[in-house]
Amino acid sequence: METPNLETKEVINSNIQMEPTVMNDTTRRNAENLEVKGESGLETRGVHAWFDKHHALADVSLHFPENTVTGLIGPSGCGKSTFLRLLNRMHEFIPKAAMAGQVLFEGHDIYADDVNAIDMRRRIGMVFQKPNPFPAMNIGENVVAGLKLSKIKSDNKDEIIEDCLTRAGLWNEVKDRLKSPGGSLSGGQQQRLCIARSLALKPDVLLLDEPCSALDPGSTLRVEETIVQLSESMTIVIVTHNMQQAARVSDYCAFFLSDGGPGHLVEADLTTNIFSNPKDTRTADYVQGRFG
Amino acid sequence: MIQDDLVPQHRKLVSSYTLVDRIFRRVITTGGLFSLVILGLIGAFLLYRGFEIFSDFGFSFITGEVWNIGDPMDTSTAVLGIGAMLMGSVITSVIAILIAVPCAIAVALFIEFYSPRKVRLILTAVLDLVAAIPSVIFGIWGYAVLLPIIEDWSVPLERWLDFIPIFSVPSGIFGRSPFLAGVLLALMVIPIVTSVAREVYSQAPRDLIDASYALGGTRWGAIRNVVIPFGRSGLVGGAMLGLGRALGETVAVYLTLNLVFDINFRILGSAGGNVASLIATKFGEATEYELKALMAAGLVLFLVTLLVNFMASIVVNRSGKII
Repeated sequence: METPNLETKEVINSNIQMEPTVMNDTTRRNAENLEVKGESGLETRGVHAWFDKHHALADVSLHFPENTVTGLIGPSGCGKSTFLRLLNRMHEFIPKAAMAGQVLFEGHDIYADDVNAIDMRRRIGMVFQKPNPFPAMNIGENVVAGLKLSKIKSDNKDEIIEDCLTRAGLWNEVKDRLKSPGGSLSGGQQQRLCIARSLALKPDVLLLDEPCSALDPGSTLRVEETIVQLSESMTIVIVTHNMQQAARVSDYCAFFLSDGGPGHLVEADLTTNIFSNPKDTRTADYVQGRFG
Repeated sequence: MIQDDLVPQHRKLVSSYTLVDRIFRRVITTGGLFSLVILGLIGAFLLYRGFEIFSDFGFSFITGEVWNIGDPMDTSTAVLGIGAMLMGSVITSVIAILIAVPCAIAVALFIEFYSPRKVRLILTAVLDLVAAIPSVIFGIWGYAVLLPIIEDWSVPLERWLDFIPIFSVPSGIFGRSPFLAGVLLALMVIPIVTSVAREVYSQAPRDLIDASYALGGTRWGAIRNVVIPFGRSGLVGGAMLGLGRALGETVAVYLTLNLVFDINFRILGSAGGNVASLIATKFGEATEYELKALMAAGLVLFLVTLLVNFMASIVVNRSGKII
């Protein structure tokens, strides 16, 4: 796997109005580096979601290859976040929510009767739209909160804290104040703390639900760098409203749309193709900012 | 840097209200002040009627264990103190809170996080209903039904735990004990504490609960990690409200507790106290001077419950800001 080239970000940042052809050259990986490795990773087959009688999402089949970043894009209300929450069974915590279809993780349906959803969620981590560190805990405690919740004993908590904060790109900023409350950090730092908190459980998949929507551009950039680095060792699915972000961080893009009815998948392809050569005109219109 | 003589004066800010606004403001202000005035008048009345007692007995009225009118014609022979009753009120209320709070937490957590929707609706309705049962009904039920049960529990408790002073019963008489009154008060207080606990728990931040689940937490993990810490101060407030109710309860305690003018901490024995019940018991045939003493006792009780409720509102107001 090629080391992500972070310098391309600068190019993209300075070329917000770039042409699709330019995008093709600056998306961070080329098609030849992306080979689907068999049954690994995460896959959905014919997934639907309902909230009570409201059919929110219809028939989504997608494959997320191992160690890649997939961006879920589409206008508000198209079911991206619902779809994301189906991938680690957070959907079922909403009263009257229902689903159909299969979500395969390493070839096994996570909705199968014999699957312990709690153990599964330790391997499929999630970061939310709004940074949500536990306010009663300090920074260090927040990082290992997942271990505490999972009753996982560890003798080297300090190492885990340093390792996770380093990988989340936050260590240098907080190493001298691990005992301060998580809420004392800036929004961007809090979000990276939440990423570090997910990493402590060593997940294979990380789901991010618009992780940068509440952050300023500088913090957004830091989080994006973190995501790119993490994708070397885990599968990442990110919901984003920001087209530039999707282009900067993702290998694949899936475009969702709701035309009055339930949200559905319009098109999924390599990010370069989605931005430069989409098959569906609606995708082209959306990524070029003509609607949504 | 701006020169000092260029810094302008603060402008005077005038807000003008419409007529409707002004009328509404008056009505609301009157209503608000009215409740304060009532409270003040009650306190003033009790102080006025009981003042003679405080000047006669001083602090010993609160600490004294004897209630003796002496010669009805000669008030100087009277010895009056509510120490035993006050202590009894505290003991029964503390027993009530110790039992009620864990039960209320469990019920509130069950209703908010575990029960199916229908069960939740039924349980909530039942709890509201229990809160509305007149205390005399509780008293009669406590006397007829709970008394024998508590007696059955008290005997083995005394046998096995009598090396702990509060469980020893030298008199050998169980029955209408502070323990019985405390358990009964707990049952009366549970709906109040549960209702407050539910209210705070339902406001526990959804995103933090989600975060717990997403980190592989169980439902109990999320509750312990997020909901209970979040609700802690609110729950303390609820417990204080319950304590206020338990301290002031009259009829139910009157029916289930033997009033004995002797400060003791033995909760299983058939001897205890309660200020409110004292007033109810003595009021009917009190002499003029004794009546003043009852007013004074009322004032003490009034101040204690006021203090407890005041502390409760402080704690409740702090709720949510800690987390």
